[in-house]
Amino acid sequence: MRKYIQQLKDLKSLIVGLFITGDNLRKSTVTVHYPRQEVHNLASFRGPIELLPKPKNPTQPRCITCMMCVSTCPSGCITVVKHKAPKPSAEEKQAMAEAEARGEKVAKPKAPKTPKQFLYDYSLCSLCGLCSEVCPVNSIGFSSDVYMVCRRRSELKLDLLARLKAKADREGRTVDEVA
Amino acid sequence: MRIVLAAVAVMAFIAANGLVLVYMERKIAGHIQRRPGPFEVGWHGLLQPIVDAGKLIGKQLFTPDGADGLLYWLAPVVSFVWVLPLFIPIPFGPQLTAFEMDLGIVLILAFSGTNLLALCMAGWGSNNKWSLLGAARAVAQSVAYEIPLLLAILAVAFTSGTLDLSNTVKLQGGWPWQWNIALQPLAFLIYFICALAETNRAPFDLPEAESELTAGFHTEYSGMAFGLFFLAEYANMIVVCAVATALFLGGWQGPVFSGVWWFLAKMYALLFLMIWLRWTYPRVRFDQLLNINWKWLLPLSLANLMLTALLTKVF
Amino acid sequence: MKHHLSPEQISGDFYSRRFEQGPDEDTLILNMGPQHPSTHGVLRIILALDGEYIMRAEPVLGYLHRMHEAMAEHRTYLGYLPNMGRVDYLHAVAWNWAYVGAVERLGGIEVPRRAEYIRVITCELNRISSHLLWWGAYLLDLGAFTPIMYAFDDREIILDLLQSVSGSRLTYSFLRPGGVAFDLPDTFLDEVKAFIPHMRARLPMYKALVTDNTILRHRCEEVGDLPLEMCRRYGATGPVVRGSGMAYDVRRAEPYGVYPELEFEIPTENSQDAMGRYLVRMGELEQCLNILEQAVQAIPEGEHLIKGAPKPRWKAPVGETYFAVEGARGKIGVHLVSDGSSTPYRCKLRAPGFSNLSLFAELAEGTLLADAVSILGSLDLVIPEIDR
Repeated sequence: MRKYIQQLKDLKSLIVGLFITGDNLRKSTVTVHYPRQEVHNLASFRGPIELLPKPKNPTQPRCITCMMCVSTCPSGCITVVKHKAPKPSAEEKQAMAEAEARGEKVAKPKAPKTPKQFLYDYSLCSLCGLCSEVCPVNSIGFSSDVYMVCRRRSELKLDLLARLKAKADREGRTVDEVA
Repeated sequence: MRIVLAAVAVMAFIAANGLVLVYMERKIAGHIQRRPGPFEVGWHGLLQPIVDAGKLIGKQLFTPDGADGLLYWLAPVVSFVWVLPLFIPIPFGPQLTAFEMDLGIVLILAFSGTNLLALCMAGWGSNNKWSLLGAARAVAQSVAYEIPLLLAILAVAFTSGTLDLSNTVKLQGGWPWQWNIALQPLAFLIYFICALAETNRAPFDLPEAESELTAGFHTEYSGMAFGLFFLAEYANMIVVCAVATALFLGGWQGPVFSGVWWFLAKMYALLFLMIWLRWTYPRVRFDQLLNINWKWLLPLSLANLMLTALLTKVF
Repeated sequence: MKHHLSPEQISGDFYSRRFEQGPDEDTLILNMGPQHPSTHGVLRIILALDGEYIMRAEPVLGYLHRMHEAMAEHRTYLGYLPNMGRVDYLHAVAWNWAYVGAVERLGGIEVPRRAEYIRVITCELNRISSHLLWWGAYLLDLGAFTPIMYAFDDREIILDLLQSVSGSRLTYSFLRPGGVAFDLPDTFLDEVKAFIPHMRARLPMYKALVTDNTILRHRCEEVGDLPLEMCRRYGATGPVVRGSGMAYDVRRAEPYGVYPELEFEIPTENSQDAMGRYLVRMGELEQCLNILEQAVQAIPEGEHLIKGAPKPRWKAPVGETYFAVEGARGKIGVHLVSDGSSTPYRCKLRAPGFSNLSLFAELAEGTLLADAVSILGSLDLVIPEIDR
């Protein structure tokens, strides 16, 4: 008998539950209704990596092509192509040969220490941040680009130098020559 | 002539109400969950049901491998078509009954049993073990819950002295204390719970338990076949709420300006309650569901009936 | 009449065919999964049903095997860290901690006190978010569609908090051997201090809406009776074993970090059923809030990463270690074997879900199908962690 009375008393919990959902029914929505509203805390979000520019030259990355990020990345998604050393012209070769004959030290023309190409495969990246931590010149940072969409996987292979230049253009800074 | 007009009107009513109910359900579900619900299609999502119907019509209709073709395709048709006669005796307004008949309630009870047939055909004809389980559960549930439903309605018939729905409405008054619910509150409660079980609505929606049986008996249906089941379920809900309004809540009678609008208002209030319940409670387990029926609803409705019979005889 | 179906007559694949047909031809052999709304991932369970009763159940794993342990042999110690967040994405910080703790034990690396406190705060926040998701998903299995939305509303605050400190919302590669990757932002501690009373105020609503709900009680009470000796046989840990009466918590049994300095209780229930496990997890939510309160008060200033922390090409000394932490699902263990090179020789991951799931076959015999769903939910399984 007591069990039946207890079951009747338990029915009260059903009414309580109904009041709770009814209360929520009358309250306003808590969702962020995209695209009418947007979230505002994206600054801390670790999105796809981007190259950070030199302070005085917004289209040039700070990268010195040390390749630390390339070897550290667990997923192997970064590819950096270095510049080749410029070939000396005929007069310069002549001058160098003469200087060597005189016994002076001749420095061969070296490649500039900026990347020729900085390719990033976002489809492989796990956003771990190791590349950013290991870069000695702090050239890699995270963007807050959460709205990236594409239809093909190839569109996720990003050219970070081009994106850096595009960002500098967008922000209205002058486009400088390659050093 | 009147019958033909009534049939067309009923079909239009069901179609329109199906759309309204789909929208209502999704909006109420959304707001209970603190989110907007349908919003993009039309102003605040009002055109969403139409687009949904369009989507369902446009889907590919296929027969599963090894399914019994006749049963498989007959099931949704039976499910939907057999709901139409249920609207005939319902008194929407003072002159708005499709066909006045003395045994309106009996007609409704008789035809609502054919829903079971459709479920059985769907479950067996799908060639899918999950559908079979869902159908078996649905059959047991429906059969069990028809009895207290019948007894609750009988109690009202005792107090009203008639099985005709329009007469039952006319015998009630406009004010809430003049409704039958004041005379038979227990019968109303039992009727409502049985109605939830008959229409396979939560918390008794085991036959279509999404998370256990991957949609139960209508797992294998897509496109308009699923749409027909869907519409049939909503139509069943409407019938059940309409009958409840007519029997217990005074039908089209209101304190002022009696008419069809009162009927619709009360019917929609009950539908709102059904939707609200769905989004609040978890599912009742199958054996507990049958327990509720055999151990609680049946004795209570019998006792109610006896008491009503006694009191009607005495007074 | 005995009737054995030969393997060619039973359709299906390798597992269905070898699921021995019993002598009774009335049983229905059913596949729950791998695509199923309530198996929390790609889990497949082959069931032999007699009507609604389960005669035999056999989980089939491997649909989500991603070879994490093999990947460890080809990644540097630091480079393997992102993998840990993907093993069990719901309590990623605990898996991070288990791995990082093993590396620290291997290399004899110390951790600054501030970093230890940051680890505790993020781990407990992650535990709360994991339990909230478990709660919502469990109720979704049982047919209540709204509590998951309320849980996600609270979970959103935690995810935003953890994003502000680590940059990710779900798969945090946030810990490093020797500390944590980033220091806390300035507003973080205040936001956590605001979150704790907010969550405390929500818990009574959860209780009133769900825990006290009589329909839920009937679905969970006396379902899945799990005696303690069965837990011991299968090596079950976490809320599963605490719901059967044993107060085993790795934070107290094999203390790590600053947990010995924090006061909290270990919620234990004696009912051995699904309701017991449910109440243990709800109790853990409150205890997490207690720990958070103490940690945000006691966190000292200092550095977040020790000087001389392992760089990416770090070579571990030869040896092997084991480090265990208390995850939301149970005892997470990482066994690292090093041969002196910059990649581990072997990394064995002990997933609590694997041991918890293995008792399902014995537990589910004789129960109803609806009860099986309830039991699976109460075991809090995350299949990616089981399959690794």
